[in-house]
This record gives sequence, structure tokens and C-alpha cells, in this order.
Amino acid sequence: MSDEKFLSFEDPIKELAQKLSALRTASVDSPALNTEIQSLEKENKALTKKIYSKLDTWQIVQVARHPNRPHTSDYIKRIFDDFDELHGDRQFGDDASIIGGIGLLENMPVMVIGHEKGRDTDEKLKRNFGMTNPEGYRKAKRLMLLAEQFSLPVITFVDTAGAYPGIEGEERCQSEAIARNLATMSELKTPILVVVSGEGGSGGALAISVGDHLSMLEYAIYSVASPEACASIIWREADKAPEAAKAMKVSSKDLKKINIIDEIITEPLGGAHRDYDLMAENIKSSLIKNLSILNKLSLDDLLDRRYKRILEIGS
Amino acid sequence: MNWLRRLIPSIGTFKSKSKVPDGLWVSCKKCESVLYVPELEKSLYVCPKCGYHMRIGARKRLDIFLDNSSYEEIAPNLTTKDPLRFKDSKYYTSRVKEAVAATGEKEALIVVKGMLKGVSIVVAAFEFRFLGGSMGSVVGEKFVQGINTAIKEKVPFICFATSGGARMQESMISLMQMAKTSAAIQKLKKEKLPYISVLIDPIYGGVSASIAMLGDINIAEPNALSGFTGRRVIEQTVRIELPDNFQKSEYLLSNGAIDMIIHRKNLRSKISSILNKIYKS
Repeated sequence: MSDEKFLSFEDPIKELAQKLSALRTASVDSPALNTEIQSLEKENKALTKKIYSKLDTWQIVQVARHPNRPHTSDYIKRIFDDFDELHGDRQFGDDASIIGGIGLLENMPVMVIGHEKGRDTDEKLKRNFGMTNPEGYRKAKRLMLLAEQFSLPVITFVDTAGAYPGIEGEERCQSEAIARNLATMSELKTPILVVVSGEGGSGGALAISVGDHLSMLEYAIYSVASPEACASIIWREADKAPEAAKAMKVSSKDLKKINIIDEIITEPLGGAHRDYDLMAENIKSSLIKNLSILNKLSLDDLLDRRYKRILEIGS
Repeated sequence: MNWLRRLIPSIGTFKSKSKVPDGLWVSCKKCESVLYVPELEKSLYVCPKCGYHMRIGARKRLDIFLDNSSYEEIAPNLTTKDPLRFKDSKYYTSRVKEAVAATGEKEALIVVKGMLKGVSIVVAAFEFRFLGGSMGSVVGEKFVQGINTAIKEKVPFICFATSGGARMQESMISLMQMAKTSAAIQKLKKEKLPYISVLIDPIYGGVSASIAMLGDINIAEPNALSGFTGRRVIEQTVRIELPDNFQKSEYLLSNGAIDMIIHRKNLRSKISSILNKIYKS
């Protein structure tokens, strides 16, 4: 974990982690050293727990955007077996900011669709930093309709700063692409489970998150606009983003309270980026549990339930 | 300029030289012609000199569009419950109060039942002056109630959309109204009832990416600006200067986003003629 990145509020953990890593790489092997390592590890754990038990909204935003936060591709690798990625919208191109394909969730075939931000610079560019153009949303729609055709449940991972604000996207009618997905998902004849795993940014996030079960990872965020955009629109000062994040109630805890989401999936101590495997395991068990509940519903009941849930919000 | 002003003393007061009562004269934003309001009223607030379509309020819109300017409002008294208790430099509730005072409307959307050339219809019209026509819980709910009325009475639904997008002060609840209105539109389609969406300047963000773009037929007024992301944000992102016609109706038509551009004075007859072909009452 030499490339471990620390957030500004994690300074106390950073110091401990540096000490720990120095001790672990020390060439001497003595019982005293091992005891020291153990005690530092314990201290590190306690300190992380303390810091993470009282994160404010802006700190949560930073965890949701953490450079090491697991991405959709990390979850696909760990949660689904035998994943076959499918490409293209059959109209214009293949938008790599959205990954989609068929995989097995405990032997059950499912359609997986999610934003992918990319890890290194090359991949980030290829993935357009997880900001989608119309062809990406249209690919997602195509795969959803494919899922309907073959009765595969749809599982989506939401992690985007927002739809890409570019010229080509406008030319190819970004608004229509997003709107069409909302309409399609509202009546798609198969269960849809949504996991907001990182940043749920605006319409670009909503375009793959209308469904039957909406969960958020503990430190994920979801809002109508990025805190920065909200701050510049409402406060007319971009540096009021922390205030905007708080006022918009972007955290999983706040959104659970007002019934926007159904479930909070617990993150490993210190955030998902500290333990990809455990995070994936937690998501997997939530998906299996909730899918088995939804699978018991008849198609009519499933669709009635979905429509009622959508219509209830703000009524 | 001082030497000039000394030579011609009246130059400094040119702009306010008109001594006619306030509100009788306005100048066209585009060609800057000075226009006589009663005349402008007759031309439906379209500049007689250059054809520029000025912004008009939702009430005016309904008056112009519906037979005898008469209609019955649906859910007129819904007001926001401020679900997030949102506060920036001001409380959201005080911003709403100010908008109510400034517009005389209770919310940014008016939904009504009325007649178009003898055919019953339901019409929704956004009031842009009410918090930028933004969509929060009440706008979404009123829209859905309008769709439900159209389904119940088996009549077409028409929406005049002008909006800055989803309302920030209700954050996720606003965002979810995009899903809510889109889901309701699908129900209307299932009943094979027409939905005609008219794009009015300006129409952006969450309302563009739900209500406005889902019409069976999408129409725009000339020169209306419409898109998902506004010009300024795109310019900041891509750092190139955008063409003059960017996101204007004509641009949307050539990119395949809308079916036609219709002059304000022809909207009644055009929509009526379309309905005559696709809908039997």
C-alpha cells in the first residue's frame, strides 16, 4: 500500500500508516518489532474508526471521489463470474464510460451496467472520466432491452460526476438519450437493482438508476447537481461547495432518512478503497438478498410496485 | 464622450427620453426596435420587425393557445413542503414566497383542461419567472396529475416547457421528478394518447432530459435555446468558441432532436391539425 493516498482529514492515520509500512519493510525480525507492529495496527484501526464515525458531508464527498475508490470494473471482477462485455449502441459508437455485459451472480445470469471512470491516465481518457455521451446511455438502453428480452435481471453501478457537457453530446441530443432511458427503465419488464457506488451526479447518474431497489454504499453521494455546480448556481460562489453538499443532503444516511434510497451498504473500515474484496462481498450479498425478494414478485406486481415507488417521490 | 455631450446636450438622456407612461413601450432584445405594447400584444409578443419571439408568462401562453382563453386548472393549490429544509444565503421557503409575489403563481407549472379548436385537451405550461421554471416536487406532481387527467378523459396532452432544469433546493427529490414525469408519459403512450411537447426558450437540464424531449412530436418556437448543458458550461469545459446557432431551434432540427419549428402565431392551428390526424376524440 505504498501508493496509498490519504485525504486531508486522514493526517493522523497517514502518520501511523507510514510508520507501519517502515516497520513492515524493516529487515530485522524480532519479537519486539512484531509487538510494535501489532500495537500500531490496533491504534491505526481505532483511529480510523474514530475519524470515519463522524465524517461530515464534505468529507464523505471526498471519500466518494477518492482516487483509489473501487470502480465498476473492480466490482464486476469480484462479484460476477464469467462476465462477457457487450459493446456499442448500434447507432453511433461504443462509449467506454459505461461498461455493460452479461455475467453470473451465483450462477444466475444477470445484465450488469455501470459507469467506469478509469484508473490510470490512459484509461481515464478512454473512459472520459466516467462522463457519458448519448451513445453511452443508448448502449445502456440497448442492453436493458436485451435483458428484458432474455428475462435477465438488470444490476447497475452508478459512479459519475455527470453526463459529459460537450458539443458532440448536444449534437446527438444528450437530453433525449437520458429521458429515453428514464422512460424505458420505468416499464422494463425485468427486475432492476441499482447500486450507487461512488458519485451519483445529476441526470447522468439517474439515466441508469431508475429501478426496483436503490442502494447506496455508505460513503457514496447522490445529488441533483455536483456540490460545486449547486454552489455556483445558488450561492454564486463555487467555493461554497461544502455548504451546498450539506444543504443538498447528498449522503446515504440523509437520503435513507427521506426515503430516496432503500438500503445503505456498509463499507469496510476507512472506506471501500481500503478493502476492495470486502466491499464487493457486501455488495454481492445485498444483491443476492434483494434479487431473491424481487424474483418472487409476478411481473405485473413488480411493474406496479416500481411505478408506485417512482410516483410517490415528492407527492 | 464628454466633449460630445457638451456639444449635443440631449445625447446623455437619449435612453430615457420617452415620456410615455411606463409599460407602453418596450425594445426588442434582438433588433432593438422600440415597440408599442398594445401592438406587440396583437402580434403575440413576437417582434413585428425581426420576428424575435419574446418570453411570455405561462398564463399568457394559455390565453393565447386555448379557445376563448378559458380553462380549468388542475391541482392549482399545491405548494412545496420544503422537504430538505434547504437554506443557502436565504431560506428556500422565502425564495418561493418571493417568486409567488413576483409572478402571482403558486408554482413553476400551471396545468389546465381546456379546448383547442373544439377538441378537449390537457395543457401544462411552465412559468420561467418562477425560480427559473425549475422542477421540484410540486412541478412533477402537477405534471403527473395532468397526465392522469388526460388518461382519465382520453384526451391529448400538450406541454409548453421552458425551464432551467431540476430545482436545486429539493435536490434528489427534484432529480427523481425526471423519472416520475417520464414514467407517467409512458402510461399516456400506452393509452395511445398523443403527447406534444413544445420547446420554449430557454429549456435545459433535467426538464429538457425528461418532459421536453419525450414528446411523440417535438415542436420548438423559432430561436428557442434548448439543450442538456448550457452554453457557458460547455465553453468552459471544451474551451472553444461555439457557433452562434448552437442549441437554437434550427440547430436542434438539423440534428434530429425536433420535428418542426413553428411560429408562435401558428402553434394553435399546427397542433390542432396534427391532432386531427393522429387522434380521434
